[in-house]
Amino acid sequence: MRVTAPSRPPSAAMRDRARPRGRQALLGWLYATPTAVFVAALFAVPLLLVIKMSVSRWPLLTGDQGINAPDNFVKAVNHRFFTDSVVFTVKYTVLATVLLLALGLGLALLVQESSRWNNLLRASFLIPSALGLASASLLFYVLYSPYASPLASVMDRLGVSFLGSPTAALISTTFLIVWRYAGFYMVLMLVGLQGIPADVFEAARADGASRWQTFRKITLPLLRPTLALTTVLCVTGSLLAFEQFYILTKGGPDNSTITVVQLIYMVAFQGQNDLGVAAALSVIVLLALVLINALQLRAFRSEES
Amino acid sequence: MVAVSRSHTARGGSLPPAAPGRPAGPRGLTIAGIALRTPYWVFSGSVGLIFLAPLLWTAVASVGPRAGTNQVDGWGFGNYETLANYQAGIWRYLANTAFVALLAVVLTLLISLLGGYAFARFRFPGKNILFLVTLAILMVPYATLLIPLYVLLNQVGLENSLVGVALVLTMFQLPFSTFLMRISFEAVPREMDEAAMVDGCSTFSALWRVLLPAVKPGLITVGLFAFLTAWNDFMAPLILINDSERMTLPLAVSNLRGQVQGVVDYGATEAGVVVLALPCIVLFLLLQRHYVRGFMSGAMKG
Repeated sequence: MRVTAPSRPPSAAMRDRARPRGRQALLGWLYATPTAVFVAALFAVPLLLVIKMSVSRWPLLTGDQGINAPDNFVKAVNHRFFTDSVVFTVKYTVLATVLLLALGLGLALLVQESSRWNNLLRASFLIPSALGLASASLLFYVLYSPYASPLASVMDRLGVSFLGSPTAALISTTFLIVWRYAGFYMVLMLVGLQGIPADVFEAARADGASRWQTFRKITLPLLRPTLALTTVLCVTGSLLAFEQFYILTKGGPDNSTITVVQLIYMVAFQGQNDLGVAAALSVIVLLALVLINALQLRAFRSEES
Repeated sequence: MVAVSRSHTARGGSLPPAAPGRPAGPRGLTIAGIALRTPYWVFSGSVGLIFLAPLLWTAVASVGPRAGTNQVDGWGFGNYETLANYQAGIWRYLANTAFVALLAVVLTLLISLLGGYAFARFRFPGKNILFLVTLAILMVPYATLLIPLYVLLNQVGLENSLVGVALVLTMFQLPFSTFLMRISFEAVPREMDEAAMVDGCSTFSALWRVLLPAVKPGLITVGLFAFLTAWNDFMAPLILINDSERMTLPLAVSNLRGQVQGVVDYGATEAGVVVLALPCIVLFLLLQRHYVRGFMSGAMKG
């Protein structure tokens, strides 16, 4: 918007004569109405409703039974899986974020030069990201099964199973996520790399910097905005993980891989059927997410200055 | 912003030709050059294969023989037959999924076209707030909204409804598509629509006749992403649909695993994954350029 301001005067004067201010505002609202209706009805109203639900007794089948604050929040925090799911979600988030960012950057550096071969590679890294997360999880559900997996005989001989122990389940699911999302983060990293002026690298080379030095002292610092964006995206996405665990591990073995969002789903629709407590959990997750993102952005910004 | 990415995607479809990280030494097709590059080719090629292998294996295994499936020996489409006859039948689930995806695509295109136009070309009170609130959808967890939406849709008679699912998916698509359409419109010189309006066009016919062709690449990207999201979405139908007649394909394939006394039919699951993935991969290969551009405009935002 701002960018066009300096060149406005002559044409703007003409347009303003053709479309007086009031009429312009009216037309603007007219075109923005569908957006406003959708945002109001399907975003703002549900957001207010979830807050109301979080302070009300609200069983799945009977609906609103009146205010009961702060019972739902007490029940949510005291849920037997609450602490475990928070710890597991954070663990998974750290693992997935570190791996995805490192691999995304590694792949980007690998295929940075444009050639026919590299275009082919980029496409093959990106293809998994066209699949839905549910499809990818189902694919790996078969790949990881002790019966149908092409690696079944190897697994049998080594006595390991992909989803058998809590650690194995976490690693296997993270591998699925890395497979599905690495290409996406590679593209974001490539965009960031593209934004670094070439003469900076030439100067470094002229000064005799090694490749590693160039990477440490030039690429990484200049890539900071991209790293900030990818970290925020990856942390947000991982904290809200659901499909991969719901389909692949079903929270097992021994309820060791329940994420926070899975807990919300369980409380709301599986057994407990308590939408009030689920809403309270949702509100907690929302607040935590806003807080975490604000902290991340501040951390990246203060590092910059 | 779009102009930047467009210039890079004009050729070949992918990303920046610049190679700042690597010294661009001469490396012709001399024997030494090939010998020097071979480790790189082998390494990068095997990394590429890791990404392709699971897909290829699933496609092959879905028509291959395996005990405990409908394709016990020999090669054939037995697993696809199982899939076709599962509960309401695959055609029903495909039709449901296609309906949700197409409705979501049409709504997303329509709303973001008009919304992008409004945000890029008009000044009206509340504009910035509306834009920010639209982007704020990104900040709110899926589950946080789906629980109240479940209650709300029940109240307005859209319980168990594919239309309801499509509406919800459209809403989740709005931050990305509104943002992308806004920058697409802003990249078009204002002189274009002003000239049209001087010639007596209304704002709507200026949009329809003059601007629409100019923002077509943006629309393709928005439509592609809306389709991929809606086609693949799992959580919204999981929560909003509980009638097996109205399930979408991802949900049906996921449920199919626990079919017979807890014995999982892996063959049919593979067939289901192939059916789910095929349209997405075909679209990806056809529209790769637009796909990458969508990611890139996301990155520009940061």
